[in-house]
This record gives sequence, structure tokens and C-alpha cells, in this order.
Amino acid sequence: MKPFLSVSAFTLAALLSCSQAHANKADDTLHVAFTKELESLDFYYQSAREGTILNRQIWDGLVFRDPATGKYVGDLATSWKWIDDTTLEFKLREGVKFHNGEDFDADDVVYTVATVTNPDSHVVTPSYVNWMKNVEKIDKYTIRIHTNGPFPAALEYLSGLVPIYPDKYYAEVGAKGMGLKPVGTGPYMVESVEPGKHYVLKKFDGYVGAKHKADIGTIDIRTIPDINTQLAELFSGGLDLIWGVPADQAEQMESMDQLTVANESTMRIGYIVMDAAARGGDSPFTKKEVRQAVGYAIDRKAIVENLLKGSSEVINSACYPTQFGCTQDVPSYSYDPAKAKELLAKAGYPDGFTTSFYAYRDRPYAEAMMSYLNAVGIKADLKFLQYSALRDMQKKGDAGFGFLTWGSNSISDVSAITSLFFEKGDQDFARDDQVAEWLKAGDTTVDEAKRKEDYAKALTKIAEEAYWIPLFSYNTNYVFTKDIDFKPTPDEIVRFFDMSWK
Amino acid sequence: MLAFTLKRLALAILVTLTVSVISFSLLHLSGDPAAALAGENASSTDLEAIRHLYGFDRPLTTQYTEWLWNALHGDFGQSYYFKLPVADLISDRLSVTMLLGLCSITFALLVAVPLGVAAAVKPNSIIDRLALFLSVAGQALPSFWFGLVLVVIFSIKLRLLPPSGSETWKHFIMPTIVLGYYAMPAIMRLTRAGMLEVLNADYIRTARAKGAGTMRVLFKHALRNAIIPVVSLSAVQMGFMLGGSVVVEAIFALHGAGYLAWESISRHDLPTVQALILIFSCFYILFTFLSDLTNAWLDPRIRVG
Repeated sequence: MKPFLSVSAFTLAALLSCSQAHANKADDTLHVAFTKELESLDFYYQSAREGTILNRQIWDGLVFRDPATGKYVGDLATSWKWIDDTTLEFKLREGVKFHNGEDFDADDVVYTVATVTNPDSHVVTPSYVNWMKNVEKIDKYTIRIHTNGPFPAALEYLSGLVPIYPDKYYAEVGAKGMGLKPVGTGPYMVESVEPGKHYVLKKFDGYVGAKHKADIGTIDIRTIPDINTQLAELFSGGLDLIWGVPADQAEQMESMDQLTVANESTMRIGYIVMDAAARGGDSPFTKKEVRQAVGYAIDRKAIVENLLKGSSEVINSACYPTQFGCTQDVPSYSYDPAKAKELLAKAGYPDGFTTSFYAYRDRPYAEAMMSYLNAVGIKADLKFLQYSALRDMQKKGDAGFGFLTWGSNSISDVSAITSLFFEKGDQDFARDDQVAEWLKAGDTTVDEAKRKEDYAKALTKIAEEAYWIPLFSYNTNYVFTKDIDFKPTPDEIVRFFDMSWK
Repeated sequence: MLAFTLKRLALAILVTLTVSVISFSLLHLSGDPAAALAGENASSTDLEAIRHLYGFDRPLTTQYTEWLWNALHGDFGQSYYFKLPVADLISDRLSVTMLLGLCSITFALLVAVPLGVAAAVKPNSIIDRLALFLSVAGQALPSFWFGLVLVVIFSIKLRLLPPSGSETWKHFIMPTIVLGYYAMPAIMRLTRAGMLEVLNADYIRTARAKGAGTMRVLFKHALRNAIIPVVSLSAVQMGFMLGGSVVVEAIFALHGAGYLAWESISRHDLPTVQALILIFSCFYILFTFLSDLTNAWLDPRIRVG
């Protein structure tokens, strides 16, 4: 009897004391989870997607790219024009205030850019800012950005990667202070920070920029590293919204009445790289027929339909389709194993060959590709590594055949992917002079038509020569309660200011 | 007892110093800390600048003595990742792990010791078999799976306990059970074996012959001797729980020092890793020291041995 009594007492006590936090619209608080412990809230001193998400809520850039139309509109600026190939002039918005009451003007832009472009500041991702030489103040609400050479993607970078900080506050508190108590002009202001663990954002009533004025009063963000725990919190009412949910779990949740599952493609694409330039020594991949055979051997459509699912799609060009300059009108390789075998025979490998196949994520996708390759005679031996190890090998010219992915840092411009992999850098296994020349031309002119033309030429040759076999775009599953109105976007940036209660 | 205590204390301090030297050297020998800090795209000029900025270009002995001197004054430097003082970062996280560790070992002892005693009193009975089953299950169940099963039952189905976080005492119930359950089998088996051995000893027969009650014989005479190895084991288990609660802390989003250690290692956050190794080691040494004292108090023969 005694054990029964003690169990009953425990159960009763637990029942009576049950008062866990339940997310709901009654207290106007949206509860969400981050998977990763964020190093700092100062955008320039972190490199995580979670930091990118927070950046867009707390700070503004000079311009804002409307995710619905893809067009740039003024945010902290109201208008802009290219004075010449390296000078971009902005008229700034008047009457903007930072969360701490400081007025925004040209000095803030000059100070922010001067601070973060200074090599001594050791920002985490210098490429976000080091295209700017300096900022010149023309008057209180006019500035000119001088670039280090023509930089046509300037507006794209200014729309998200260069948040403007309050000069007086930042001079006083520095990166450490900004990381603990961020101050910006964005739709949400930071109420509290427990480093790495918990962040609370409050709607900023004084917001006047181009983004939507926030509708939801409070955003409560907790770091929960385990996706299963995030799901448990969602089921038990502790969270309202999570993302990055694996496809099989998302499918199960679609049948639950209280939850909405939204699937959206992301800018990340998967591709197969081949060592056409023989950086790792002579290999079958120096032959164009072999590279094309790899393209014909893999049923990309079947992998998308059975493994990636959601809004992923087969892509043919070495970029994400909505990026500026990314044409999909290039030669493509549909699934045709007979043709693959024919091409291999033509290249002098009628019985195929044996090779190493490198990958760092999504092992099931890599294994599916290997089985397709095996079917045409390419016996691949999987080498599954950590990304940093694989990247190091590639920088040295090794690991020249494998399945990799790239997310372009959410930059909607083709240069965010092609410049890294086809302009003779240490991850370029094509090393094609003509391709590199076209791409560099596209990267350094502000003439949009000319850029599109240059990129189209380069992407067509990349496809013709089969330097890469682009595979598919990725997707993310967002799961949230029926109470919120939310539409995810392909750049994987969750915009709390675009959400509202139903 | 005083001589014994002083001898053990001196030994503890010596072990702490040795641990600090080894951890400092190993971390510096495991790779260039400047390269880890600078990231993939750093040039050799950047590396030199970072080496100078952080003082990596000075002799290792100078770096070690400076680090130890500062550590003794509570200054563990600044976290490379969080860019915050390591001492602040750890003190915040350590309280969670300490609380979890203490609750878990208490839970494990409260369940395992009485069960071990009961199993020893009636070998091969239902209680003994139940104890054996619990012991096998405790070692066989992976903690991430056990944790999730508890979450599904108590958070999702019954809605009794919060699945993650560390705000209230309720947040600690499931993590305590999961972590404590892992420590239970060894404690229980050791208690059972110790009790079985002691219960056949002459002095127990004498105590019974003198008319002492069953409970008095079991808990006053027998357990006092049988518990000695359990005390030592519990100290080791407690030290293990502090450092090894990574999985439990990750599942229940507790943000304790165990999870911080794992994250810091993967991010090459040297100052944080060094401080955590030193602190965990100190706790390990402290628990062992305290268990030695407890055993010496329980069994006076140890003091002279």
C-alpha cells in the first residue's frame, strides 16, 4: 500500500504544481527556439544563421530587399544613385531614432563602416564589409560609399550584411556591450539577453523604416539544441514556432490539427564537383565525357522526390535560380544510364573505374548517388568527413570528386557562389580561364544587362563542360501553431516583424 | 585524524597542480590556437598578429604561470567564442550542473542503497531480481533515449513536467532521473555485494545474538561497513556526472557546464576549456578527498593504513 500511496502523492503534487509556461497569443508573446548557442548578438562578431535572423529584427541596413518582390527599397536611406562605378550616393531617412533614443544621421553610417572595415576590429566575416573603401559624409543626411573597385552586388550587401549602429553608443560600449545589449533602429528592440541561452525582443513603437512595423509584442527565444526537445516543447505548448524539422517528422506533424507545417526551398544547393583541372593528379575526371557521364548517371529527380521532398527541385545551373544572374537556360543532364555508359566507353573506360567520393553532410543522399554511379561502372568509395576537414583538403587540391553544398550566405546574387568556386580560388577545380574572366567581368560592372550576359556565358560553359553537376535545391520545414500567420521565404530568414496573430 | 587529513590535503593539492600542467600543455600542443581563432581564410600576417595579441608567441612556461596565477585569483581570461569573461560564463553554467549532479547522486543513493540492502537481505527473491533488472536496464538504456521517453510520457502525454529549461525545480525532475539512473546500477550492486559479505561476518552474528533488532543490525552494524566502497564510488560518480552530463544537458536544454565544455572543445575556445578542465578536476579531487575523510571516519583502520 505504501508504495502506491507515495506514487499517488507524487502524481498529485505534480498535477497541482503544474504551471508551465504556455505559449499563446493571449500574452502577445511568440516563443521560438534557436538550435545553436549564438556567440554574440553583435552581428559583426558572429557567423550563425540565428545571428542573421536577429540582425534583421534589431537593425536596419541602408536598403531593404522586399522578400515578396525581390526589389530594393529604401530602409535607412530613401534614395540612391551610382555616381560612378565605385561611388554610390545615398540620401538618408530623417526622423529615425535608435532604440536608446539616439538620432540617426550620416555620422552613424560613417562611424559604423569605418569601425567594421578597420582591420584591427577583427570582424568575423570581413568579406561582408571589405568591399567598401570608406564612407564620405556630404551633409547630415547624405553620404557616399566609395568601393574598392566596381562592386555591383553593393545593394544586396547593404540590404542585410551591413547593419548600421548608433555611433555614440557603440563608441561607448564596443562590441562586447553591443553583444549584451544591442541597440538598433529595427522593428524589435532587445529587452534581455542571457548569452547563448535566452533572448527577449520587444516591439519598437518608434520604428519608421521600410520593414513592416512589428505586430507581435514580444518574441521570446530560447536555445534548445536538440530537435526532438524542440518538438516536445511545441507539442506541450512551450513553443510556437520551430524550423529545420526533418522531412519524416514534418510529414507526421502535418496531420495534427493544432499545427501548420510550411515547407520552403532554401538558397542552399547541392552539387557534384569534379577535378577537371587535375589538381590532385591525373584522373578520369579530366575527360569531359566522364564528367558528363556522371551527370547522366544520377537520377536527380528521384533523389528529390524520395529523399529531399518538400519544395526542393532539380537544378541545372551552378547557382540558386532566384539569385541575380542565375540563368537556368543551360545544357542539362537528364537521367540516362545507357548514355552514361556510352560516354564512359568513349572516354576509354568501358568497364568503368574506381574512385573516392567525398561528402560531409546528408549521407543518405551521397549513398543514393553512389549507387547510381555504381550502376554505370563508377565504383565509388565514400569518404565522409567534417566540412572543415574536407574544405582543407580541397584547398590543397585533394578531394576532387564529391558531393558538396553551398548556401550563398543568403546573398541573392550569383557572385555569392560562382566567385568562390570558379574564379581560380583554392576551391576551384575547373580553373577555366574563360569562365573566370566572364565571371570577374560580371562581378565588376554595375551594368545589370552586361552582368547577366557575362554570367550566362560562364554558367553555360560550366554546364557544357560539366565542371559541376548541380543537383538540387534544399528545403526547410517550419512547424508552427495555427495561431500565427507566417509565410517563410527562400532566404531562410525568419522575419518576426512580418508575422501576426490570427 | 588530523595527520591523515593533512596528508590527503597535500596529495590533493599536488594532483590539482599536475592536472593543471597537463591540461595546459595538452591543449597548447593539440594544434595552433592562433589558427583555430583566425579561421580558414587567415593569412600568415593575420596569424602572427593574433599570436601576438593573445600572447601565444611567449614561452609556454610564462603563459602557464601567468594563466595559473590569474586562475588562482578567479580570472580565467576571456572566452574566444562568447567574448565574455570565462569566470562569469562558467559560474552561470556551473550552478546548473552542480545542482543537477547533486540531485542526481542523491536520487541514485536514495533508490540504490535501500534496494541493494533489500536485495542482499533476501538473495534470489523478487526484490533481488527487480534490483538486477533495474541494474541491467540502467546500464543498457542510452540516456538520450530514456530522456526522450520520459519527455514523451510526462511532458507530451500527461503534460505534468516542462520538457526543457532550468527555470523552476520542475525542470530538474526528468534530468535528475535520467542522470541519476545511470549512476544507480553500480551503487546498487556494490551495496548488495558489500552487504552480502558483511551479513555473514561474525560481529553481525554477535549483534543478533545480543538481541539487536533487524533494522539496527542492518543499518547500524552492517551498512556502516558495507557502505565504504559505495562512498568512494559515489564520489567518482559525482565527478563523472559534472563532466559527463553533456547528453542530458543537451536533451533538456539545461545550458550547464557539461554542455558548455563540449561546445567549447568543438569551437577551440581554449580559455573556457582550460578553466572547465581545471574546475572539473578540482571537484573530482575534492569529492575524492571528502570520500577519503568519510571512509576514515566510518572505519578508523583506514586512518592508520
